[in-house]
Amino acid sequence: MEQITVKVGLASCGIAAGAEDVYHKLEEDLAQNAGAFNLQRTACIGMCFEEPIVELHGSNLGVVTLGRVTPELIGPLLDEYKAGKLPSTNVILAEQHSAPRNDLLANQKRIVLQNCGVIDPLSLADYEARGGYKALRKALALSREEIIAEIKDSGLRGRGGAGFSTGLKWTFAAAAKSEKKYIICNADEGDPGAFMDRSVLEGDPHKVLEGMIIGAYAMGADEGYIYCRAEYPLAIAHLKVAIAAAEEKRYLGQNILGSDFSFELHIKEGAGAFVCGEETALMQSIEGKRGMPIIRPPFPAESGLWGKPTNINNVETWANIAWILLNGAAAFRAMGTEKSPGTKVFALAGKIAGSGLIEVPMGIPIRDIIYKVGGGMKTEKPFKAVQMGGPSGGCIPAELLDTIVDYDSITATGAIMGSGGMVVMDSGTCMVDVARYFLNFTQNESCGKCTFCRVGTRRMLEILTRITEGKGELDDIGKLEALATNIIKGSLCGLGQTAPNPVLTTLRYFKHEYLAHIEEKRCPAGVCSALLKFEIKPDKCIGCTACARKCPVNCISGTVKQPHVIDQSKCIKCGACFKTCKFDAITKA
Amino acid sequence: MEQDFGKLDAIISAYRGKKGVLIPLLQEAQNLEGYLSRPVLKYISEKMNVPAAEIYGVVTFYSMFRLVPQGKHIIRVCKGTACHVSDADGIKEALIENLKLEGGQVTTQDMQFTLMEVACLGCCSLAPVIMVDDQTFGKLTPQAIPGILEKFSF
Ligand SMILES: Cc1cc2nc3c(=O)[nH]c(=O)nc-3n(C[C@H](O)[C@H](O)[C@H](O)COP(=O)(O)O)c2cc1C
Repeated sequence: MEQITVKVGLASCGIAAGAEDVYHKLEEDLAQNAGAFNLQRTACIGMCFEEPIVELHGSNLGVVTLGRVTPELIGPLLDEYKAGKLPSTNVILAEQHSAPRNDLLANQKRIVLQNCGVIDPLSLADYEARGGYKALRKALALSREEIIAEIKDSGLRGRGGAGFSTGLKWTFAAAAKSEKKYIICNADEGDPGAFMDRSVLEGDPHKVLEGMIIGAYAMGADEGYIYCRAEYPLAIAHLKVAIAAAEEKRYLGQNILGSDFSFELHIKEGAGAFVCGEETALMQSIEGKRGMPIIRPPFPAESGLWGKPTNINNVETWANIAWILLNGAAAFRAMGTEKSPGTKVFALAGKIAGSGLIEVPMGIPIRDIIYKVGGGMKTEKPFKAVQMGGPSGGCIPAELLDTIVDYDSITATGAIMGSGGMVVMDSGTCMVDVARYFLNFTQNESCGKCTFCRVGTRRMLEILTRITEGKGELDDIGKLEALATNIIKGSLCGLGQTAPNPVLTTLRYFKHEYLAHIEEKRCPAGVCSALLKFEIKPDKCIGCTACARKCPVNCISGTVKQPHVIDQSKCIKCGACFKTCKFDAITKA
Repeated sequence: MEQDFGKLDAIISAYRGKKGVLIPLLQEAQNLEGYLSRPVLKYISEKMNVPAAEIYGVVTFYSMFRLVPQGKHIIRVCKGTACHVSDADGIKEALIENLKLEGGQVTTQDMQFTLMEVACLGCCSLAPVIMVDDQTFGKLTPQAIPGILEKFSF
């Protein structure tokens, strides 16, 4: 019989869910029974909600994927598989059988994620076996103009958020006259709720390297940087291994693959500043300075890192390059829409059943992403909105769920495509609170250079905070709108220019929630604690006195073993009693 | 008091003369003691010939740099969007309560723990999430917090 192979997903999300314990258990089993199976590590196939995930290969059952595996379960499940029986529990995907998650994968189109969760990310041989570095060999036989023309024809648009034509950007950098040029990979991924770039770097680092090497060759750069946020230690570790392996096989370094082209690549770790994802700030940061954006023009293609022509692209943009070169612009254009060809990787999170990483063709309706690829809502609470584009984006409401995913359609809703974070919200999410959350974020992360961004976002945050505390007034809405307009006009970089978006979109689609907070002093979602009323249900209260002891203002009274009461005139709505009660005797509404 | 800058010297000499090295140098220097003390910053300024004001400007710009001593274990509460809508605030409150932090204090009296927030750890599908040193804990409830802290205190 063929050798059984067991692959354990060991990306950050898997490890956080306990995948290392499963891996160690399998190692122990192997130590006792050498040769019983092949043990391999891989990264993330995207179904983070099912982690820890183990994939089984090699029996007549074909590939079977198990989810939520524990060290105790793995042995028996593996035995069943070896015996040619579909494991009785924990199966999430099966090649030849129906399985609960088969559909989620079937509706995807994976080119950027083609190797993620399939190969061992630390193995260059695995990458090569899947066609890796073939595109580089092909590129080195082409002229620089031919490569750029192919990328331009593909219609690839920057995946870092703004959606600018990659081919056009490359043309500018290639045309710049200079002995020295740089290219940069933007792996700062600062949007909260986004983890696409992390997964690609952890799961298939060579794909990003290959794209960069091809780009450097096409644009005439001999040095490059990957700027990766420090919160991604595993991604950085995998990149280091990948760079060393690529250097050894002469895909990187002097005279690449025997040609006269040389390219050196460095990793720079971020130090925790969201604004450093902005390209000019990022370059300041690489130079060792405070990461403050500077005015453009000159654009990086003319004067970027250390004053030299520089081209900067996002991780996912780079990860598309090798595929396009191997398969051709026409094949890329066959996916997606006319103005937004190709695929897009999204990170699904929030109140969705299938949270994780997906890749879909552009042009797919948001509804299908949520209900077909993402498996619908997590609980019975109904869908309210999906937040796209992080702090620069906005909330798309239920009535616009049929909007298709392309740069222009999403922008028309007031949100933006952004880098690919999709946070799903249900009726238990307060939209004013969400707007306040994002303004708090941008207010904190504003570098302080532009007055409107520095002070304006703070004023917006103050107004939003007082609305959520029940102290809002009707003209606050007008004030928010006026501030938004001025911040957009008065800010130098994208941070300020887009900071008001979360407020503007929630005002546009959820004004009634703002009004409920302001006029009725009520939070319809039951989130804003200052607007809630806490009461004790006499029939459920057993008089354990836990809440009374917890209350910071001593407004709960009653004798032991008798129902207690909250003095509403003294209550500060901190919710401590609600959290303390073990008998569901306290209501909040 | 004379301080021994031997280890720091080794870091500095590895970086001296190269371009754009201030941030990685400070990151490595911070790893020595968990924070950047005033004498350390002054020493780096002298040896690297960079004005102390410029170094201070960089250190205060990036959230990773610390100017005061830190606890033995660093707890990072994820404040990402997915965590926010999954009650990350409740987790933070539970941490503050269990660590007995008062009045905005971030490090415990016994210097065992420092509590901080992080914009997003990128483990959104496990929200709400915290990271203690380099270990991530997901799908948390306030009730799970004492058990996690237990693992790190002795
Ligand atoms: C405040 C701010 C933060 C940004 N953060 C990122 C980021 O984390 N990752 C990224 O790729 N682009 C980010 N960008 C966009 C970059 O400035 C730049 O447009 C992008 O790296 C270009 O790559 P692309 O053309 O491949 O998309 C950010 C922009 C702004 C204004």
